[in-house]
Amino acid sequence: MKRESLLAALGTLALVACAWAVPWLKFILTIALAKGIAVLGILLLLRAGQVSFGHSMFLALGAYTVAFLAPMESEAVLLLPAAALVAAGFGLVIGLFLVRYRDIFFGMLNLAFAMVLYSLLEKLYSLTKGTDGIRVAALSFAGTEPERGTQEWIVFGIALGLAILFGLLVRFYLASPMGRALAGIKTRETRLEFMGVPARRVLLFAYVLSALMGGVGGALIAMTTRHVTPQIAYWTSSGELVFIAILGGAGSALGPFLGSVAFELVRVYAAAAVAEAWQMILGAVLLLVILFAPGGVWGLLSRRWRA
Amino acid sequence: MSEVLLSAKGLRLAFGGVKAADGIDLDVRHGEFLAIIGPNGAGKTTFINMTTGYLRPQAGRIEFDGKPILGLSPRAIVRRGIGRSFQLPQLFSEHTVLENAALAIAARRGIWSPLTPLLRPRWRDEAMDLLDRFGLRAVAESRADALNEGARKLADIAMAVALEPSLLLMDEPTSGVAAAEKMVIVETLVRVLRSTGVTAVFVEHDMDVVARFADRVAVWSQGRIAALGPPGEVLADPKVRREVIGIAADA
Ligand SMILES: Nc1ncnc2c1ncn2[C@@H]1O[C@H](COP(=O)(O)OP(=O)(O)O)[C@@H](O)[C@H]1O
Ligand SMILES: [Mg+2]
Repeated sequence: MKRESLLAALGTLALVACAWAVPWLKFILTIALAKGIAVLGILLLLRAGQVSFGHSMFLALGAYTVAFLAPMESEAVLLLPAAALVAAGFGLVIGLFLVRYRDIFFGMLNLAFAMVLYSLLEKLYSLTKGTDGIRVAALSFAGTEPERGTQEWIVFGIALGLAILFGLLVRFYLASPMGRALAGIKTRETRLEFMGVPARRVLLFAYVLSALMGGVGGALIAMTTRHVTPQIAYWTSSGELVFIAILGGAGSALGPFLGSVAFELVRVYAAAAVAEAWQMILGAVLLLVILFAPGGVWGLLSRRWRA
Repeated sequence: MSEVLLSAKGLRLAFGGVKAADGIDLDVRHGEFLAIIGPNGAGKTTFINMTTGYLRPQAGRIEFDGKPILGLSPRAIVRRGIGRSFQLPQLFSEHTVLENAALAIAARRGIWSPLTPLLRPRWRDEAMDLLDRFGLRAVAESRADALNEGARKLADIAMAVALEPSLLLMDEPTSGVAAAEKMVIVETLVRVLRSTGVTAVFVEHDMDVVARFADRVAVWSQGRIAALGPPGEVLADPKVRREVIGIAADA
């Protein structure tokens, strides 16, 4: 536990140092933090033994909320909670239906909703500009409109702050009665019912929280890339989130961030080194993780401590 | 408070051609320990499943504390005060024994807090105290799936007791437990249950246990109650001895 906090503090420092030393990494690291926040949501569902193969729909909802609203309301401090609310609201509505299902049905129904959303974003051209996507209008931060370099630092800082906030939130939640009951769904759901605890409601809470974090991640991505396309809702994006969750490890709230930073760095360097072969490299990495380090990067680190 | 806590009348349930309940009438009295005996497949577990809302009988009535409970969900029935333990212990296998107990305590006290830890000092103490009474303190920090069968049975019952039911239904609390451990487990159980004043119904194959601890015995046979009364009388009945105890001993 102490070591977890220490690692989190060191990681935070390392991220800031990297972003400062290598300016173009700041963009990559902001995206990694945003995805890490979304992957925290995947981790919650994994604790219940469920995998969502459509979670990028919540990133898309968050990102498009920012893109749609920015022309009317440029204040990032308002856009972020708006994106979170839209995603959480949508998560609540479809969650009421989804929490009746488990395992492959749960995973595939998530995928189905994400595919519907993807086609809507792609087909409703007059609203979304289809695959061209929407440019995100100029943003303001707490009333100021700083120049580009400063803005990048601000968004990086917000992403880092929210990553820490949600990381802590998830850590507390997982140790709470609701979080421990959530993990109980994985091993003995009937027991919950026989204790008078509605398992579906326990899962619904986690689902809405995961949707909310997905929305926050999507909003941060929109604020970083400044351009939103339906690609963000595509099934490969959802697969990427699950990939990151496995790569980082589900054992700790740090896992998603270890995974997302590793993922984005591997992608950048592999793409630079061997052009079109980076997906093969990612595939190989995933294979190695599953075979030799099922606890992911987090598992490797914590195992080293125990040894 | 009437003398009868649970009253079942005319319960019927068939699975295909198998009559798992073929007209069950049974009154469970306040504060008694009622043993259910009978061969495998007689419908003992089915009775517990119907009483706890897990299976719905095709005919009959069940009243608990004077109110009908038929058609209620297992969750609603638990909240009214009927707890159960399982023939195969149903523990959260990846949680520690302490967490299992604490979750049951949380289920009673209020599970809907997302930020305060499950193992907050007061609940931890309460869970430890519960485990202590069941002789499980030493394994509190073990994962539930690392326990031996006897300890798993006890932990399973401890979780039901944590909910403070007024009626506790136990499905074969000693089956699968090594003979040497059996009496220890039963004595522990009886001590805890007597101290809580709970009414208990338990399915049991060991006639020594029944003779020693049951106030009354119900003999199940092919979905019916073949005999009901004090153990001294029922277990001495030659027909029961021949048809039920003989078979149960072989099973
Ligand atoms: N859910 C079920 N589906 C089909 N048959 C069942 C089911 N539950 C019990 N049975 C059948 O009902 C009969 C009584 O079973 P059960 O109540 O488990 O007996 P006991 O607990 O006395 O050994 C058995 O023949 C069993 O196979
Ligand atoms: Mg049985």
